[in-house]
Amino acid sequence: MALILNRTAAQGLASAPIKGRSLWADARRRFLRNRAAVASLVVLIAVGLFALLGHLAAAWSNEEIDWSMLGNVAELGAPSLYNGHYFGVDELGRDLFARTVQGTQVSLMVGIVGALVAVVVGTLYGATAGYLGGRVDSVMMRIVDVLIAVPYMFVLIVLLVMFGRSFLMLFIGIGLISWLDMARIVRGQTLSIKNKEFVEAAIATGVRTHTIILRHIVPNLLGVVIVYATLLVPNMIIFESFVSFLGLGVQEPATSWGALINDGAGQMQYGTLWQLGFPLFFFVITLFSFFFVGDGLRDALDPKDR
Amino acid sequence: MTSFILRRLAVAIPTILALIVISFILMYSAPGTPFTTERALPPEVMANLEAKYGLDQPFLVQLWRYVSGVVFAFDFGPSFLYKDRSVADIIRQGFPVTLTYGFWSFVVAAVVGITLGVLAAIYHNSWLDYLAVGVTVGAQVLPNFVMAPILVLVFTLWLGWLPGGGWQGGAWPYLVMPVIALSTSYMASIARLTRSSMLETLNANFIRTARAKGLPMRRVVIRHALKPALLPVISYLGPTFVGMITGSVVIDIYFSTGGIGMFLVNAAFNRDYSIIMGITILTGVLTILFNLAVDVIYAWIDPKIRL
Repeated sequence: MALILNRTAAQGLASAPIKGRSLWADARRRFLRNRAAVASLVVLIAVGLFALLGHLAAAWSNEEIDWSMLGNVAELGAPSLYNGHYFGVDELGRDLFARTVQGTQVSLMVGIVGALVAVVVGTLYGATAGYLGGRVDSVMMRIVDVLIAVPYMFVLIVLLVMFGRSFLMLFIGIGLISWLDMARIVRGQTLSIKNKEFVEAAIATGVRTHTIILRHIVPNLLGVVIVYATLLVPNMIIFESFVSFLGLGVQEPATSWGALINDGAGQMQYGTLWQLGFPLFFFVITLFSFFFVGDGLRDALDPKDR
Repeated sequence: MTSFILRRLAVAIPTILALIVISFILMYSAPGTPFTTERALPPEVMANLEAKYGLDQPFLVQLWRYVSGVVFAFDFGPSFLYKDRSVADIIRQGFPVTLTYGFWSFVVAAVVGITLGVLAAIYHNSWLDYLAVGVTVGAQVLPNFVMAPILVLVFTLWLGWLPGGGWQGGAWPYLVMPVIALSTSYMASIARLTRSSMLETLNANFIRTARAKGLPMRRVVIRHALKPALLPVISYLGPTFVGMITGSVVIDIYFSTGGIGMFLVNAAFNRDYSIIMGITILTGVLTILFNLAVDVIYAWIDPKIRL
């Protein structure tokens, strides 16, 4: 009896499909065990929802001026649930909640566009240079060396001044810079991958060069690329905020975290600290979260690199 | 070593020239001239002005004049905004200020960052380590344009300890807040880098050997571990230096210190292209030279680098 039971148990075990653990499943498990990273991911999702859906909760638009507040912002403009200004109003009587929602949209968008350009251009450029090697590689990387040496903050200021301030110019400026470091990192990784057996096998079976790069090299780089892209987003947000802080970023009534922080900082001697506090809060928690998620991803995708 | 430096210079010099030429082309192709005003000038006056500044010459002549002026005479042309002053004068006035607080910020970032990182690695997983990690993570999300208002709020508005701005020839109360604001986030990055590379080094076999021989910890760290652990930190000093110069834009606006950042932003709002270009070129050249110096130091310390 016991024997039969044992045998059925054994059969039951054998018939249950054996679940293989893929590299990605492993990484996911490691990431989910990292409490700081998971909490940060939740915060990021919350900030994302705030940017996407915040305008539904706002009682005012981001350009409407509440005339009853004007000139009396320090006394009347504090955050309040009764008059619909959840985050208070700015010095012109505009609703800070709506402006923070709008600024969050711009800042997140800038970060994501920067990271996307870096991922697409930087990965392809770096993988191509690293895989082809030789003279092509040295010319391509020399170009990156030259571009990295340019003081970008100033070039972007020049571009914005000469060709007018617009979203397009801002994205062009950010796109110009963001891919350079990525290209270097990807090239280094490619150099170590390209001598592996599977690449040799692909060459031996006559796979064309660009197919090898796209199908065999790039997927094996994804771990590094994802980690670096996550860490790049906060840098791009800081970069845009810096430009907006100078008053050279997006134009009114559109705004961004940098512009809001600048406005708030300019008003703080009048005691309207909420103007600095709310944008600063969103700025800081978002950057924090991106750094923690990036660290978590690095630990998850590249366990030896602790 | 000499051939390594020469080879790096062979790359750096064309880069600098390219930077100057690109800057000039940008300036040349910018819409409107510096004399575009609300009320159109009579064409004769316009022609006279353009002749005075050489703007009526063909493109290549203007390019040659500009490049040779910059390279041979440190002459970036006249400022259009400050009528009686040249760009070189403005740089001579603003740059020493920027260099003063930039230098101190650099020193503070490097010394505090490295000390914090080394201590955190030695006392790994102790309260000191956690404190250092906490401080550095916190400081990393506080770039200079966020630090500056917070510092003013605390030290000027609430405590009243420090003046909210001004320069006064660089007297120390005027220097404290700019230096803190400029160095914090770089200090944090340096501390993080130092900590992780020091941890890696302390786990290496040659450190175990040194410990096994009975050397005291202090000696092991200073004589054996510090040099290899600081290599990644040295390569980060280049970006730090660039950050000090670009950060001066925020510092000058916020603390009215009067460095080149202030002139740059004023020029940007007034379309004074020659000032923008002059400062951009100067910063670019300094960046390239500084990175060159960092590369040389790196190669000098690390014998694994092939020269």
